[in-house]
Amino acid sequence: MRIALFVTCLADSLFPEAARATVTVLERLGHEVVFPTAQTCCGQMHTNTGYQGHALGLVEHHVTTFERALDEGAEAVVAPSGSCVGSVRHQHAMVARRAGDEALAQRAERVAEQTFELSELLVDRLGVTDVGASFPHRVTYHPTCHSLRMLRVGDKPLQLLREVRGIDLVELPAADECCGFGGTFAMKNADTSTAMLSDKVTHVRETRAAVLTAGDASCLMHMGGGLRHQRTGVRTMHLAEILASTDGAGAVS
Amino acid sequence: MATVGEARTEILRRIRSAIGEEPHVPVVPRGYRTEAGYDVDVLRELLTERLQDYKAQVVACGDTREEISAAVSGVLVEHGLTSVVAPPRVVVEWLEEPASGQQVQVVADDPEVSTGDLDGVAAVVTGAALAIAETGVIVLDGDVWCGRRAISLVPDVHVCVVRTDQVVGLPPEAVARLDPRRPQTWVAGPSATSDIELDRVEGVHGPRTLVVVLAG
Amino acid sequence: MSTYLGMPSRRVQEPSSPIQGVRDFPAAARQALGDSVLRRNLGHATSVIRGKRAAVVGEVPDWEALRDSAEAIKTETMARLPELLEQLEANVTAAGGTVHWARDADEANRIVTELVRATGETEVVKVKSMATQEIGLNEHLEDEGITAYETDLAELIVQLAEDQPSHILVPAIHLSRTEIREVFATRMPGVDPLLTSEPRALAMAARTYLRELFLRAKVGVSGANFAVAETGTLTVVESEGNGRMCLTLPETLITVMGIEKVLPRWRDLEVFLQLLPRSSTGERMNPYTTFWTGTTGHTEGTTGPDGPKEFHLVLLDNGRTDVLADEVGRAALHCIRCSACLNVCPVYERTGGHSYGSVYPGPIGAILSPQLTGLTGDSVNDSLPYASSLCGACYDVCPVKIDIPSILVDLRARHVEAQQSRTGLRVPSPEAVAMAAAAYVMRDEKRFAAATRSMRWGRPFMKDGHLRGPLSSVMTGWSSSRDVPTLPDQTFREWWAERESGGHGG
Repeated sequence: MRIALFVTCLADSLFPEAARATVTVLERLGHEVVFPTAQTCCGQMHTNTGYQGHALGLVEHHVTTFERALDEGAEAVVAPSGSCVGSVRHQHAMVARRAGDEALAQRAERVAEQTFELSELLVDRLGVTDVGASFPHRVTYHPTCHSLRMLRVGDKPLQLLREVRGIDLVELPAADECCGFGGTFAMKNADTSTAMLSDKVTHVRETRAAVLTAGDASCLMHMGGGLRHQRTGVRTMHLAEILASTDGAGAVS
Repeated sequence: MATVGEARTEILRRIRSAIGEEPHVPVVPRGYRTEAGYDVDVLRELLTERLQDYKAQVVACGDTREEISAAVSGVLVEHGLTSVVAPPRVVVEWLEEPASGQQVQVVADDPEVSTGDLDGVAAVVTGAALAIAETGVIVLDGDVWCGRRAISLVPDVHVCVVRTDQVVGLPPEAVARLDPRRPQTWVAGPSATSDIELDRVEGVHGPRTLVVVLAG
Repeated sequence: MSTYLGMPSRRVQEPSSPIQGVRDFPAAARQALGDSVLRRNLGHATSVIRGKRAAVVGEVPDWEALRDSAEAIKTETMARLPELLEQLEANVTAAGGTVHWARDADEANRIVTELVRATGETEVVKVKSMATQEIGLNEHLEDEGITAYETDLAELIVQLAEDQPSHILVPAIHLSRTEIREVFATRMPGVDPLLTSEPRALAMAARTYLRELFLRAKVGVSGANFAVAETGTLTVVESEGNGRMCLTLPETLITVMGIEKVLPRWRDLEVFLQLLPRSSTGERMNPYTTFWTGTTGHTEGTTGPDGPKEFHLVLLDNGRTDVLADEVGRAALHCIRCSACLNVCPVYERTGGHSYGSVYPGPIGAILSPQLTGLTGDSVNDSLPYASSLCGACYDVCPVKIDIPSILVDLRARHVEAQQSRTGLRVPSPEAVAMAAAAYVMRDEKRFAAATRSMRWGRPFMKDGHLRGPLSSVMTGWSSSRDVPTLPDQTFREWWAERESGGHGG
């Protein structure tokens, strides 16, 4: 299958390893990955901060870019982010309609229908849970809010993680509680965000995991910042990076 | 104060302007359960369990007048209740035979019985309009078996007689049978509060003890 | 009379009105977050109630179908509101009641005051009611020489403590048993000085104190959970029996109800009476639910006069029609005040109700309060739609399926629009400038690629996970508790371009 990568602005600029890992996993499974270079940002930050006027231009740019990719033979769009896919699926048409642009709203809906978060694409669309990964470490998984409640990915990321060779997957207490990121919420309400983060960090420490993983670079950046600040020694890795890993493959396979 | 009509006209005008000329009125889906389809044994068992879960006491008995009277007397004796108020019909049906060895003062309710009088009575005995098994609810509707609302509120012990043929499975079955014009009280266990640290305490202002005599 | 020192107060701000505080949310929250007793009280209470709710909702196989029905009934209600209110009025009147209409809080307060005056009484007993809190009825009555006694246990605690309610269902959730014992021991007339802090002992103290009041009161004041248009029937859902006392024993009953509380049909109650208790107290059914129609004096088939001889229903607008006018925001009027959204909200759990500055706190308050007072671009309530990480937990538990996160996002846009129209040609806020700049850069891939490359120039400003130099002051809130990520050597698109041109990537 030809799959267009929606890299997300955050992964592109700050966490390229998550995006590269997404490419690795899909190519290892025999799929062709294309990267529409015109893409920039889905506009979620603007939408969620109240600047829908500015978001509108970004929505239009995103829709035009991925519409072209679909027209040129891509069968699906994938992003290593539940949050950005959530914005595409639940906000793009809304932003267009609020601005009175019904034509854009309908185009946005077409793109949204073909846009998937990585675990959705792998499990639902491609029908795989074993992606041939190996990662012999103690790992805990945080289901990010938008993956969990906006996209309803359910236990798809866990299905994928359970198939990883050598992994010691441990449950995160109060896993479904928000880590406190929330985009500009973390700045506008920094104290509340910090209080939420602090509880999340406590729960991560309770698992004694070496690695905390999630499907969103943004939440990982937030939680990773807290974990490093407290010198916990816990690393953060995007779900895609674990799925791409062949760490210790020789030893355990 | 401005005339009443002025505010009424203004509010209705605001609403009409807010919702527009022809607002979309959705068709209400009713995909929820409207009948449980439980048989009488399940209804009896479920109601008992749910009532007990909220700290009501349940006493099972046969469905004849004598059996119900005996069960009611037994409850009064067990709780050491020496005065009781009840709707006249209930007095005639279930409280004629005084409890053996126990002096019980029986007050047949009438509008002359004041709230203060009720406060001096230890218990109330009523029937019920119906009961809902899944939610552990008994419903009083002010008929000759239930009486006016004050009598089942002020005394500290409420003894409520429910016949098993009055038990329905679900709230929709109850709503369909009840007459909204009658004053109703739905009761699920004795009064309770969770206002202090969400810790449930049974027994605040309403009767602190609820005994359901389940007949049949 | 006693001079009291050390009354437990969790107050983080004074209200400027019952639905708006004097400080914005971040400022009030900062103080609340520093109160470790509050954090402990809230953490305990919300986790208990979350567990109870989850258990009783889990046992209902048709929960989602009930939610779908409830949502549709509420949407239908809003679309048919004028006709339903007229029908309700006609049926209440036919059953011996009197209906009054109040455009705002002042008008509602005046109506209630005159109704109480007409009875010749100077005291009223009250059932817990959000509508009367919203209009500040108690304070108004007090100014007019009428004493209003709150009879719900938590409301009584809050009233005696001269505190503010901090939760829709459990207004004293911010106080511990020890603190409540203090309030009772020092403020409750005739209380046993040996009173312990056991919840049972505290509840019994309230029973004793209020009993005499219930028996003597001639006027009751209540709100209503639901009103049925087709029959004129009103409903109050409660637990303690104080509601039954106030609704049944007085000679006069005055009910203040928001116009959005009407339901089309009697049958609709079968939906809401299943959803409300399980969502609210986490019970299959609350202990007591009272239904009355008009003055219920001469209903066929009943034993005779039952309940108040006089009944007045005050229908309250107070900003609701403004909320109704917004196609997105109007769903906030569907709320049945269960408070499930408060109990699951990670922001509410940590900041408490007072931080919101309104009698409507939590996620529902964050969408309702600013709509009731109006988003102006610079009001205190404009900060409320931002008091959420948009985690969506509130939407999941809402029994009437109010999409709170989407409404929050929409209100944020309305805030920015109001701010922009207010600012006009004057200097826009730094945030607005930054957002405009970011949008300009991100609308074009060349500009975007150049900007992400140039981010690496920021490296000299970072050391050991901390920001140095000019950026650090802007990012203080963020970086005081989180280390900033290290910047990569190569953006993804640089790597991809290199790979495509046959470089080392891949």
